[in-house]
Amino acid sequence: MNSVEMKHIIKRYPLVTAVDDVDFCVESGEIHCLLGENGAGKTTLMKILYGMTMPDGGSILVNGQETDFRNPNDAIHSGLSMVHQHFQLVPVLSVAENVVVGQEGQAFFHFNKKKAVQEVQQLIERYGFHIDATKKVGELSVGEQQRVEIIKALYRKAKILILDEPTAVLTPQEVEELFVVMREMRSMGITIIIITHKLKEAVEISDHVSVMRDGKMIQSGIPTAQCTVESLANMMVGRQMSLSSTRRTKNKGDVVAELKNLTVVKKGKKVVDNVSFSIHAGEIFGIAGVEGNGQTELIEALTGLIRPESMSLKVDGKQLHGGANGFLRGGVGHVPENRNTRGLISQMTVAENMILGYHRTERFSKKGILNLGEIHAFAKQGIADYAIKVPNENELVSSLSGGNQQKVVISRVFSENPRFIVVAQPTRGVDVGAMEYIHDVLLNLRDAGAAILLISADLDEVIRLSDTLSVIYEGKLVSTTPADTLTELQIGQLMLTGSNEEVEER
Amino acid sequence: MNRLKQLKPNDILSSTAVKSVISLLIALLIGGVILGVSGYNPLSCYGAIVKGSLLSPSALINTLVQMTPLMFTGLAFAFSSKSGLINLGMEGQMFLGGLAAAVVGGLDLGLPMIIHLPLTILSGMLAGGLYGLLAGLLKAKFGASEFIVTLMLNYVATFLCSYLANGPLREEGSLMAQTKTVLPSAQLPELVGGKNLTIALILGILLCVGIHLFLNKMALGYEIRAVGRNQIASETAGININKVTLTTMFVSGAVAGLAGVSMSLSGNNRFVDGATAGYGFNGVAIASLASHNPLAVILSSFVFGALRTGSLALSMTQRIQPEFADMIQALVILFVAMPALLTGLKIRKRRAK
Repeated sequence: MNSVEMKHIIKRYPLVTAVDDVDFCVESGEIHCLLGENGAGKTTLMKILYGMTMPDGGSILVNGQETDFRNPNDAIHSGLSMVHQHFQLVPVLSVAENVVVGQEGQAFFHFNKKKAVQEVQQLIERYGFHIDATKKVGELSVGEQQRVEIIKALYRKAKILILDEPTAVLTPQEVEELFVVMREMRSMGITIIIITHKLKEAVEISDHVSVMRDGKMIQSGIPTAQCTVESLANMMVGRQMSLSSTRRTKNKGDVVAELKNLTVVKKGKKVVDNVSFSIHAGEIFGIAGVEGNGQTELIEALTGLIRPESMSLKVDGKQLHGGANGFLRGGVGHVPENRNTRGLISQMTVAENMILGYHRTERFSKKGILNLGEIHAFAKQGIADYAIKVPNENELVSSLSGGNQQKVVISRVFSENPRFIVVAQPTRGVDVGAMEYIHDVLLNLRDAGAAILLISADLDEVIRLSDTLSVIYEGKLVSTTPADTLTELQIGQLMLTGSNEEVEER
Repeated sequence: MNRLKQLKPNDILSSTAVKSVISLLIALLIGGVILGVSGYNPLSCYGAIVKGSLLSPSALINTLVQMTPLMFTGLAFAFSSKSGLINLGMEGQMFLGGLAAAVVGGLDLGLPMIIHLPLTILSGMLAGGLYGLLAGLLKAKFGASEFIVTLMLNYVATFLCSYLANGPLREEGSLMAQTKTVLPSAQLPELVGGKNLTIALILGILLCVGIHLFLNKMALGYEIRAVGRNQIASETAGININKVTLTTMFVSGAVAGLAGVSMSLSGNNRFVDGATAGYGFNGVAIASLASHNPLAVILSSFVFGALRTGSLALSMTQRIQPEFADMIQALVILFVAMPALLTGLKIRKRRAK
């Protein structure tokens, strides 16, 4: 029997058809992977199933019954639950409180906390979640918080669980743990739909795969056994991809960027602890690590945004001074880790964003007057060079997709030919096509002799691009090795514990 | 879902100009209802307003006279909000500008008009500008909210001006709290004889155009807009946020000061305590109606000028208080400041489908 049957689903937005006559079936008790790039319509399709978005056409059957969910509550009552990319948890409440919140029913005045904790603890044990129900959610790791969301769904008697990009925020070890839990849930008869754009995971975890592209269902319900990463990638993007290939540097030059003794203290704690490194021309120096281990502060210090306790940064032998402006002029390019807050001004045009930070250079302004002709010509060139999908340079950046927004940032930084580039999370939230493209651009820039510092939470990305790979743990670089020295598992261990001894002992 | 372009104006209600007009119309509609409930005929009242503000040469001139200071305060507020700052101190900046101009204009330095008048205007701008800068400094140095600081500084400025006009600077023998008249060499040339309409109107329009060009064609104007829309990204791009804050508050204060200047150097040609009260705060409504666009300020200050003039005429013919104009203004602010209302209407419509 099918748990979910969606037929001829249509959802139109003013400028785009997000879901275009899509059929989608999920068998009962299976793990079904819904695959597609960002913007392919997979999340919209699931939001329609979950009652968050009203479709413009089509019918939905859940467990064989025609449904018409008006809101997520209706869906939850029918045993359907969705875990979103952004968790909806209250950090100051305990795990148990978070799970039962909204389900206390009539017990508004005297909420039986003991019973709630007990019930939640039982649930945790039954599925092997390894979480303390009394712990505050704010003290949990990202992976644990995600499990709390899943427990929440199970507590609400979910029989069908939708997970939206659950692995985007997890380390490899946490992904493995999640998969164990998912298999456990499947064996208990729960149907799971997992939305992802990560191909390896789709192949590893699912029973069937459905692939969406540009709002259309390309292939629905293919048995995973018949899929390979390559075949799925081709379906997803609609052309041949070369995701696994890479190339290491051939001509490492002199040292370009030399960092010594960087220490950043925040609230009395050393968040970056005496970090030193040197990066050569034609080298990508990658730093892997779980988020929150000092990466943000490291980036801010290297780009002059904060004043560290101690630091000496030389680029091409010249000591850098001053704030962000001084570092920028000193040849430090910066692709910020969060393009929406640090990288772009979403309510300004593409052209205006392309000169941000460089608007005072001779090229773009003389005596304080902007050279609008040059700016527009430059923006048009950037749009063409980096294949940015936008009607013209006068569109607001907010109207672009994540991948295209990131290309705007990258074209801005790279066209100034900086000697040393701090690149943080360059492909976060961008689609596979743009990711491949951005990786290519980075490799080309390295081959042209730039020194690149790559900081990313995406381990695959760091492994693929880095010529030298370092791991940051609690503000320290705990391991720095040439590319391909460590296995993925060893790196993951370093990210989680700061040492890889345990792995060797096993 | 980024590619869905949700932020693109895809509905006629989204366009800012349309939104402003709709807000104005809703405000007038509700004003009409209130008039009706109060026992007046709304249509004849609005007819009287239009007649008293637009339909005769002298009415039109009066509207332009009222419009002049409103244009400056509206522009001052619109400009500050471009950099994300809320300058609510226009009232005080205007008072100080007006008083400074009256004092400098009253000095008998034996200067010809071509020097004395610009000097007088500049002194008023400087007074307003420095007062705005004070709030900017407090923000840049100590992170004080310019919103609160400027609002409170209004009291300091208006009471200080009131004291000075009542005391040290009071015209000898005058029964009123006012300075002596400025010298003819410092009076703004009139556009129409004996009607109080001066070249300040032209100056204001040119200033609106100038500020518009400054914001869009100059590197500093670009920085001001960038900071206003995303301070963190601007900081990351090496823009000096404090410099932008100080510049903005100085310029905004100077423009607000010009409102006082335009009134001190025309009509009675002196600073009269309390004569300009309210024009400063009206700037908020004017800028809101103009969606903070300097060019649109010209139009929206004309609308408010007409409303003020019309309600004055109305109060004479229909015994309706001139505060009626204030009510309409308040309603306009209410509706302009409620984009949620219009988006709300939109969502309802979509749901209904």
